[in-house]
Amino acid sequence: MSTPPILELRNVRAGYGSIDVLHGVNLSIGRGEVVALLGPNGAGKSTTIKVISGLLRPSAGHLIVAGRDVTGASASALARAGLCTIPEGRGIFPNLTVRENLLMATFSGHKMSDIEERTYARFPRLGERRTQLAGTMSGGEQQMLSLARALATDPAILLLDELSMGLAPLIVAELYAQVAAIAAEGVSVLVVEQFARTVLGVADTAVLLAHGTVRMAGKASEIGDDVLAGAYLGS
Amino acid sequence: MQELLTFTIIGLSTGAIYAVVASGLVVTYTTSGIFNLAHGATGMLSAFTYWQLRFDWDLPAPLALFITLFILCPLFGIVTERFVMRGLQGTTEVVRLSVTVALFAFMIGLANWIWPNDASREAFLKFYEGNSISIGGFNVSWHRLITFGCAVVVAIILRIVLYKTRMGVAMRAVVDDRNLTELNGGRPDRVSMFAWGISASLAGLAGILLAGDQQLNIEPLVLLVINAYAAAIIGRLKSLPLTFLGAGLLGLLDAYYLMVSDESWFPQTAFGFSLSGVRSALPTIVLFIALLARPQSRLRVGTTKLREENRVPEWRTAIMGAVALVVVVVGISGMLTRSNTLLLLNGFTFAMVTLSLVPLTGYAGQMSLAPLTFAGLGAIAMSKLPGNGNLVTLVVAIVIVAIVGAIVALPALRLSGIYLALATAAFAVMVSKIVFNQRQTFQTGNITVPVLRIPFVTIDTPRARLILASVCFAILGLIVVAVRRSRLGRRLVALKDSPAAAATLGMSLTRTKLAAFAISAGIAACAGALAGDKVSPQQYEFTQSLPIVLLAVVGGVGSVAGALFGGLLLGGNSVLATIVPTVKNLTKIGPGTVGITLGRNPQGAAAQIGDSFRPLIEQPRLIAISAAGAFGIWALDAADVISHWSFFVASVVWILAVSPNLPALTAAAPGRRVMAGAWLAVGMAIATGVDWSSALDATGKRIILIIGLVALFGVGAQRVVENSPRVHTASPDLAGLDTDFSREDIELAEQKIGVVL
Repeated sequence: MSTPPILELRNVRAGYGSIDVLHGVNLSIGRGEVVALLGPNGAGKSTTIKVISGLLRPSAGHLIVAGRDVTGASASALARAGLCTIPEGRGIFPNLTVRENLLMATFSGHKMSDIEERTYARFPRLGERRTQLAGTMSGGEQQMLSLARALATDPAILLLDELSMGLAPLIVAELYAQVAAIAAEGVSVLVVEQFARTVLGVADTAVLLAHGTVRMAGKASEIGDDVLAGAYLGS
Repeated sequence: MQELLTFTIIGLSTGAIYAVVASGLVVTYTTSGIFNLAHGATGMLSAFTYWQLRFDWDLPAPLALFITLFILCPLFGIVTERFVMRGLQGTTEVVRLSVTVALFAFMIGLANWIWPNDASREAFLKFYEGNSISIGGFNVSWHRLITFGCAVVVAIILRIVLYKTRMGVAMRAVVDDRNLTELNGGRPDRVSMFAWGISASLAGLAGILLAGDQQLNIEPLVLLVINAYAAAIIGRLKSLPLTFLGAGLLGLLDAYYLMVSDESWFPQTAFGFSLSGVRSALPTIVLFIALLARPQSRLRVGTTKLREENRVPEWRTAIMGAVALVVVVVGISGMLTRSNTLLLLNGFTFAMVTLSLVPLTGYAGQMSLAPLTFAGLGAIAMSKLPGNGNLVTLVVAIVIVAIVGAIVALPALRLSGIYLALATAAFAVMVSKIVFNQRQTFQTGNITVPVLRIPFVTIDTPRARLILASVCFAILGLIVVAVRRSRLGRRLVALKDSPAAAATLGMSLTRTKLAAFAISAGIAACAGALAGDKVSPQQYEFTQSLPIVLLAVVGGVGSVAGALFGGLLLGGNSVLATIVPTVKNLTKIGPGTVGITLGRNPQGAAAQIGDSFRPLIEQPRLIAISAAGAFGIWALDAADVISHWSFFVASVVWILAVSPNLPALTAAAPGRRVMAGAWLAVGMAIATGVDWSSALDATGKRIILIIGLVALFGVGAQRVVENSPRVHTASPDLAGLDTDFSREDIELAEQKIGVVL
């Protein structure tokens, strides 16, 4: 790898209270790379996302973005610097209208008019519902709205946590098509997914997490069913 | 018809003030989840500040207004958010509410200190005093028009800020999802600060308008907020338009009631009871109804992570504590002067009222702001029932008030958290406005509660009453411990931990809540019935209940010891004020200052102090040494070898500095043991050997001395013994996963789950 990775975790330990969840995670994402973070329940996937997004301060180790050590930076500072996180569940504000949700995306430094234009061009359905409360839309539409932030604000890194949760397979496929489109624009993406198959088609690299450590990292195409089964079911 | 118009205008301008206050409450509640009981106090401080600038220092009105509303108020709001409220994330609603109570007490103390009541001070004038215009033949002062105009302007500005600006949208976004706001690049802390700043300005505006309309007095300005609660609740604590509507209705209701209450057909009494207090209770009646009309909140599923945890009290500890308490009180009561005896007695009364909150708030997690109301009812029952204060009368009084408590709880059962707390506040105000001013209750403003009569014992001196109070507290404390250890106690805790889980297990939430309220009301009633003296209705007002709730939480509302600590602290605050006149003003803001620090230590002070004694309690041999030492000091005093003050100094040093160090001392390496032991012995020798009643001339100096001795010798000895190697404490959750189990891990795990023999 000639260019330095856009995002790197070095020996990160983190947890909640006295309980450690991550026991020294090493992870790196190259520029324009799509990395899938896989692992069974409780492996520490969401905690990893929390550490990268700045919501959880690691107890040890370093978070390095574009060569700079940003360990301990706040989530909002990282977000303004070009890190876009779509958290688990629905990454929207249910009691704000679609338009107000998009207004919240302007903290990234983009103009509201640009954001609206790009969003409505990509998802015309959101344009029709711009004055509707986001929480009253369907699950798929809500997830579109949360992806809209990633599409419209042109982030350097995109973190996706369980995008497919609670959605119909058809909609999941549609959403991942959008993720592929975002990646094609050169955005580096880290995708967390329990349904490994859905995401391996999009990803370049896959990282397998178990018990808070990286068990395996390699080309996405090389991860076979036997490896996954072993990790998920315990080998 | 003209009269109707007149009263409509009066009502709308009153409503305008309510609207401004209530909108400020809603803004902070929605953005930070904290219901700010101190909101009215902020308005009061602001009114005084404005008075200072405008009328005392003669600044022009626009400048004074600008400084107050656009500089000082926002600054105050921001400082409050940054240094007080921000530490409260993740604490329970009880703690959060208590902190605002603390702020409330702090601000009242501050105002009393800076602006002592002085009849000769410059008057607080209305805006454009003396100017009025005629509307439909009725003269409306400009002040009223300005008040009304302010509410309209506030409504428009809030609407624009919240819906058209990014900051406003972010304020609403924080309510929805704080983390997501951060992930969007917003800064929730800044948003909260902004909200608190706005809110303080709104409170300030209302305070100034109200002070012009009425008078510059602390009480009515502070209590304004209670009336505004009703408007905020009508707005469901989130909708501003509904809040404004509610405020308008409230103002009109008040004005129309005033209009018709003069009519000849209007009843002045009902069933022989006077209705004169109804008008002032009107907003709280509306509040109560508005609360009951709220849709029932769904039971929350999922675990709430609490920062507090309380151990189940053990019988051995409880009985030992109860006996020790009575022995200590008997021992020292002989040495106290009459006035100090009465102060300590007062402290025990507070402690009993505080104890009433332990089962209700500490165990069951139900917040009540009306403990003293039940105490007042208990006092009335004790004095009105036949029997002149014998044991049967006491029991009947307790039972009656317990039933009242359950009946009051009945309509409030569907409420929880802040809504329940407000309902009890409404109840407290209603009772003091309507019940306590009846001929049948406090007819002359005072009633005498008879002293409890027990067979074969006469209780006539203050000392005897003090001992009686300590015995009663000990008995009530044991009853509370018994409740906690029973089936009912487990239900109470289940109700607090997860109502949803408890309900799905088939437990009746209704019955459990009723029981909690009845027990709590009964204990409070007992405290009231034991008053044994002249009492006045002012003692049982809502505002007096607030410091009790506060100190219960400060002491640690989850334990009996916490209640004792909190109650004595409240009583002791007045002790401190009388014996240390130089710091008298500081004690006014004392309780508030203590409470504000709660965010850092939500479990309360007693738990913290208790933790330092825990190793001691686990070793009977050391308890014996500790008790023997205390008895020895007492014996020295009783034999007149040392003075009372030397006794006091020595026993405090013994209890706070030596005893907690005993377990570490016995466990330490021999060399260190000798060193630390010698150090402590020197401390005890100084404390006991010097005759402090003649060596120091002021009580204040002696108190400072005691603090100094405890710090020097207690902490010093602790330093020496604690240098010994620490015990290995890995998290038991990870043992076996990371590393192999060791003997220590197993011991630690056993200790954590309580199977150590």
